[in-house]
Amino acid sequence: MRMTSWLRRALPVAAILCSVLAVWSVAATFANPWPDPWWNDRPLVPSPPQVAIATWNGVFGWPVDSPRSLVYHAAVTIEAALAGFALAAVLGTALAAAIVHSRLLDRGLLPWVVVSQSVPVLATAPMIVVVLGNLGLSGLLPKAVISASLAFFPVTIGMCKGLRSAQSAQMELLRTYNASVSQVFFKLRWPASIPYLFPALKVALALAITGAIVGELPTGAQAGLGARLLIASYNGLMLLMWATLVVASGTAGLAVGALALVERGFARFLRA
Amino acid sequence: MRTAPALSGAIAALSGAAALALVGPQPGPALVLAAVCVVGGFHALAALAEGDGRAAEVLTPALFAGLLLMAWELGTRGFEVPPILLPPPSAIGSAFWDTLDDLSLDVQYTVLYAAIPGFLTGTGLGLVAAVAADRSPFLARGLMPLSSFASVIPIIGVAPVMIMWFGLGWQSKAAVVVLVTFFPAFVNMLAGLGQASAIERDLMASYAATDWQTMRKLRLPAALPFLFAAFKINASLALIAAIVAEFFATPVHGIGFRISAEIGRLALDRVWAAIAVAALVGSLSYALLALAEASATFWHPSQLSGRKRP
Repeated sequence: MRMTSWLRRALPVAAILCSVLAVWSVAATFANPWPDPWWNDRPLVPSPPQVAIATWNGVFGWPVDSPRSLVYHAAVTIEAALAGFALAAVLGTALAAAIVHSRLLDRGLLPWVVVSQSVPVLATAPMIVVVLGNLGLSGLLPKAVISASLAFFPVTIGMCKGLRSAQSAQMELLRTYNASVSQVFFKLRWPASIPYLFPALKVALALAITGAIVGELPTGAQAGLGARLLIASYNGLMLLMWATLVVASGTAGLAVGALALVERGFARFLRA
Repeated sequence: MRTAPALSGAIAALSGAAALALVGPQPGPALVLAAVCVVGGFHALAALAEGDGRAAEVLTPALFAGLLLMAWELGTRGFEVPPILLPPPSAIGSAFWDTLDDLSLDVQYTVLYAAIPGFLTGTGLGLVAAVAADRSPFLARGLMPLSSFASVIPIIGVAPVMIMWFGLGWQSKAAVVVLVTFFPAFVNMLAGLGQASAIERDLMASYAATDWQTMRKLRLPAALPFLFAAFKINASLALIAAIVAEFFATPVHGIGFRISAEIGRLALDRVWAAIAVAALVGSLSYALLALAEASATFWHPSQLSGRKRP
């Protein structure tokens, strides 16, 4: 019974993946010059085994600290993304707490935070790199700032909702206890906001990783998945592009998956 | 009750600060006075924000932004921040007027050629896929895990691949936009199509309504709020994807090209002007979609006014 329900979930996904693979194989067969369309040196559409081998070599073919290893570049990117993510989680929550407590910020600032969702914040990435570079800051920090500036908004908006999600009966009960503002915050508002915190954090983490990769595009960053993509783009190295994309997707999937595990553990901890 | 004096106080402080900033050329008594005006303005605004009514709701964010811009202007001028780090808003404004011709070409290139066609194609394909998945639960179960995976991976990274396939022009940027906008449209539309309740569907069945009639009269209207959510998400995603794809490689026009080119010349005021244009386009498209949503889904609880936040 358990087995069949597992199969019922896995089978459709496998079917879709197989059809993607089939279309991809056909494309690789006809887009590349013959003979041997699947094993070209500079393929237009790299074949599935070529991408698999390029990814394998990029991940396992070099020592982890070698600049040719994709693990090394993924580590550089994820480091900046996590730093930015942590910054965004703290600042976003702090701003949400300020907005919830200040009518001026609620009325004056929150509408702009909402509007900023429709603004391409990522467009500022090259500028942040250059400006911080002028201040003598390079490497991890500019990328972390870009990641944070992207990841910050979903956290703020989610936490504004979360910190307001306590029921009014509970708020009134605390008022009858003559609870101070900080007591209301830590005993009621903060616990009530946890269900809103994790979905916001997941969105923020995905954005932070995208932000770190884009932050590596301008001004010749040497390391990181974004720098790798740019080098592959300049030199037309299709295989390197695809291997980097596979690693980037895998890294992002693992990071958000890990966060989902933390969320599950946290929920169990709260229930216990 | 206290709205009127607070409002006039905030406006007076803002205009006073603006006038003083215009008069005061360099750090001096005029700038200090203007700074005092800004602080006073925020103080008056805090009183305005406490009030109820339409005026407080609409004017507070506007005045807040105005005061923030004044603080930025006074801060950069008063502390003589080098324009290479942060140019004052007035410099950005004049750079905007100076490069208006270039910027309008950039907008045309990025928005009309890359973002809008990509948005329409990607969103349209996502909607079609959602309708198909709604008919076939097998397809839905196969595509849903993939779309939640797609929502966490940096899809924008395919930009160099698209440039290899479709060239340097707008076609490659539009292709990136198609990929980025597909999954949000799919996920939201699929959720929207599931909105009509079983009772409502049974009613349609008891009327002997055809599938198409049920779709048109019941399920599509019920899905509209989700559809507009997808449009709003995709509008900003399309703009971001088009701009970032231009960071990789592009001919001589486009907002992303302008940003990276002016960065190379360290003309920060022009970079800010380009970013301001992008922000304007993004907010404008969002506002248009919100207006369309309000007229199309006026019946939905989220559109009914008079709600109070706790």
